[in-house]
Amino acid sequence: MELAEEKLHEHHLDEKEVVDVVVRFAGDSGDGMQLTGSNFTEATALYGNDLSTFPDFPAEIRAPVGATFGVSAFQIYFGAEDVTTAGDALDVLVAMNPAALITNIANLVEGGLLIVDSGAFTAKNLSKAKYQENPLEDGSLDRYRVLDIDISKQVLAAVEEFNLGHKAGLRSKNMWTLGLVLWLFDRDRDSTIESLKTKFANKPDIANANIAALNAGHAYGETAELPAGIHVYKVPRAKVAPGTYRNMTGTTALAWGLIAGSELANIDLLFASYPITPASNLLHELVRRREFNINTFQAEDEIAAVCAAIGASFAGALGVTSSAGPGIALKSEGIALAAATELPLVIVNTQRGGPSTGLPTKTEQSDLNMALYGRHGDTPMPVIASSTPGDCFDVAIEAVRIATKYMTPVMLLSDGYLANAAEPWKIPDVASLLPFPVAHHSDPEGFRPSLRNEDTLARVWAKPGTAGLEHRIGGIERSFDTGDISYDPENHQKMTDLRHAKIAGIAKDIPLQDVCLGNDSGKLAVVGWGSTFGAIHQAVKRARAEGVDVSHIQVRYLSPLPRNLGDLLRAFDSILVPEMNTGQFVRLVRSEFLIDAEALNKVSGQPFKIGEILAAIHKKIAQPGSNS
Amino acid sequence: MNQALPKLTIKDYASDQEVRWCPGCGDYAILKTIQKLLPEFEQPKENQVFISGIGCSSRFPYYMNTFGFHTIHGRAPAIATGVKLANPELDVWVITGDGDGFSIGGNHMLHVLRRNVDLQILLFNNEIYGLTKGQYSPTSQTGTRSPSSPKGSIDLPLSPCEVAIGSGGTFIARTIDTEAKHLAAVVTRGHDHRGASFIEILQNCPIYNDGIFENVKDKKIAADFKVELEHGKAVIFGKQQEKGIRLNHDTLRLELVDASSEDVLVHDETNKALATMLATMKGEGFPVAVGVIYREDKTSYVDDSQQQLISARAAKASLQELLQSGHTWEVE
Repeated sequence: MELAEEKLHEHHLDEKEVVDVVVRFAGDSGDGMQLTGSNFTEATALYGNDLSTFPDFPAEIRAPVGATFGVSAFQIYFGAEDVTTAGDALDVLVAMNPAALITNIANLVEGGLLIVDSGAFTAKNLSKAKYQENPLEDGSLDRYRVLDIDISKQVLAAVEEFNLGHKAGLRSKNMWTLGLVLWLFDRDRDSTIESLKTKFANKPDIANANIAALNAGHAYGETAELPAGIHVYKVPRAKVAPGTYRNMTGTTALAWGLIAGSELANIDLLFASYPITPASNLLHELVRRREFNINTFQAEDEIAAVCAAIGASFAGALGVTSSAGPGIALKSEGIALAAATELPLVIVNTQRGGPSTGLPTKTEQSDLNMALYGRHGDTPMPVIASSTPGDCFDVAIEAVRIATKYMTPVMLLSDGYLANAAEPWKIPDVASLLPFPVAHHSDPEGFRPSLRNEDTLARVWAKPGTAGLEHRIGGIERSFDTGDISYDPENHQKMTDLRHAKIAGIAKDIPLQDVCLGNDSGKLAVVGWGSTFGAIHQAVKRARAEGVDVSHIQVRYLSPLPRNLGDLLRAFDSILVPEMNTGQFVRLVRSEFLIDAEALNKVSGQPFKIGEILAAIHKKIAQPGSNS
Repeated sequence: MNQALPKLTIKDYASDQEVRWCPGCGDYAILKTIQKLLPEFEQPKENQVFISGIGCSSRFPYYMNTFGFHTIHGRAPAIATGVKLANPELDVWVITGDGDGFSIGGNHMLHVLRRNVDLQILLFNNEIYGLTKGQYSPTSQTGTRSPSSPKGSIDLPLSPCEVAIGSGGTFIARTIDTEAKHLAAVVTRGHDHRGASFIEILQNCPIYNDGIFENVKDKKIAADFKVELEHGKAVIFGKQQEKGIRLNHDTLRLELVDASSEDVLVHDETNKALATMLATMKGEGFPVAVGVIYREDKTSYVDDSQQQLISARAAKASLQELLQSGHTWEVE
């Protein structure tokens, strides 16, 4: 469908005090833009703004210097109010070369601030970016406030005393630029200096050169005569709930959530996975955390990863595996084995653009159908989704809880955006988290592998090494009564019904669906799941500020669905479902509840913009209600 | 290990399930031998775990009164790796076949051997797909007529022991389904080995590939067609032990010689190059090598993983401290 024209950001940098700002750092993939962005994020969090970030990097590890397809960018939206997306249009664009400029300039608001390294605007780089004329000279940037500085030259002067040479010296360009942007928003340099000292602990010269560059960039802002309208901007601190905060990416939150889950379940965890973008960082994080009761295994392929996880679960630990779309497809047979043998398993799917290799570094929500239905046989499986980077922590705990309590595989849906995005996260008190200790079966009296809990219908968990519990399980249909192989027709019907009843019954054990913003009935509900949370939230907030009767519902539990969801949705005249796919959840809503929900779809590899959802709300509200 | 374990017998290791292989299948003999052998290891029964994939051989765990997991096609080595990582105390066996282990599961076999995961891998090689009714397998001889190769298969077969050596396996042996004593001796040595022990068992399928190993199984002629390797002993065979194998130092090939010849090869199971030659001996008059073909001492993957865990866990971990590590800030 046609996407709404992007609404230009309201807050131009005209006032000395601004409510919120979107800044994007863009450069070559070797320019260190991600490091620049994360240091700026740190300083901004410490300053006290609410924020949300969006790293956007190419699939190429080191694309040819100056190429447009090698542009790596880091976007941050920060402000005085609650910030839930990385923002739409840019107030500030930092472009380290012509390629970064040409690929990002369209997003800069009129009157926005453009910082460029004029030293990188050489004939060669201009031609690589396919500029016929130098945009710094041909008047095409007149609509913006342009700060063109020969950053390369400034940096080389700043680091001269360290005798690093031309090439190594230029590596500090990003820190010089960061220094300037920190000055621009009155941010402290201390956290960056500290992190440089840690990062280059063994190379003090490099650390000092970077610090010198950072300070020089900052000093440049303080002392240089900048064009009119470029000065320090104050962004008031956000009002957030009291507590201790840290910055959190989705990947770190998910990893720590799994650790927390294993502690709350009081059980060992084996994380088995095979590297794949954008899921690999979960393995990188967890392998560094083996001081907890977790172990990691880098398997030879996706199938081995899920199988090793299942083996661990058979042995009494919790197996967890992780991948992205194509890898999840390979795990499908293993997932069904876990469902058939009723062993716990957590599968983390960090979704990316598909099909096939698709867009490995870009985000999408197109694996929902695979999560819900993508298995042979009648194989139901719980599916839950995280909606913000910090939410990944809670959702990971919930996945561990459901898997171990119900002896079932559980799929946790994250995506490329959530994995890499960051937000300030209020650190919970671990003691306040509700434990759900696992009880392995130990009594040989009357033991059969088919014993199950009458309430949850969960099969008994009898681990090898327990005397008297020797038993065999397998993928062949098992007798309801004994757990032995059974080809009996009635038994297969009974077991199929049981598997469905067990998963459906989880609906009794999950929270009722709430409305996260707005009333619980009215003209329009915007219903999302996963990482669309931020954009929907802001759009609904803005629409409500305009007086529009609209509410925001974000669904975490996708299978089984919350038991009140149908009634809740029916209380609205119409339903709009924004998704980064061609309409997978909307079809579920329509088929499950016979509600005429409307889809808003985007599959560009980029998250929704607030303006796109806001425009769809306006359009929808202008139509007569369709929920009849 | 617990003290004074009750003395177990073959009956303790037989499950209550009716064994359902075809009459005359070599798998019966292997099952009996393993059920009889396990009590001799004097280990707690509850620590024995049998993991299998899919195929005739993979029904094996159902008949063992131990912990057992009949999994999915080709993946038993990966599942067994997970079991062993989760609980290194367990004694884990992988039961697989030529199709399960080297066709659909070839990748996992390669990696479980290279990692040297502490498992016993029993590969029942009958050079045919039995459970799917007789198609040729990756070990079938070229020209095998089967439902999927009515004019004879055109694939070249692989040699399981050769691939296992090439994969970095640290214990490679070959034995025969009905040779209970030899099978038990080889499996015992594999069980003692720290790391992955790979044991190819030549197994007769009376329905789809009957008699392919008759030369090495028929007592009347077997002495001329197989050579029993023993570390430090001369590589000689024949009814009168009159034939031998030697290494031609110029051509670097094995040759048939008279057993009395001075340069008859003495088996050195730690010599990888010779092991590879012995595993793949072929040609007029050459016997099939059985016994422990190759062995080397290397640390096992699970031991190394445990070592890293022990070092990682030297300090007490606190989740609260982890959550509060790095940069944090207070909001009043």
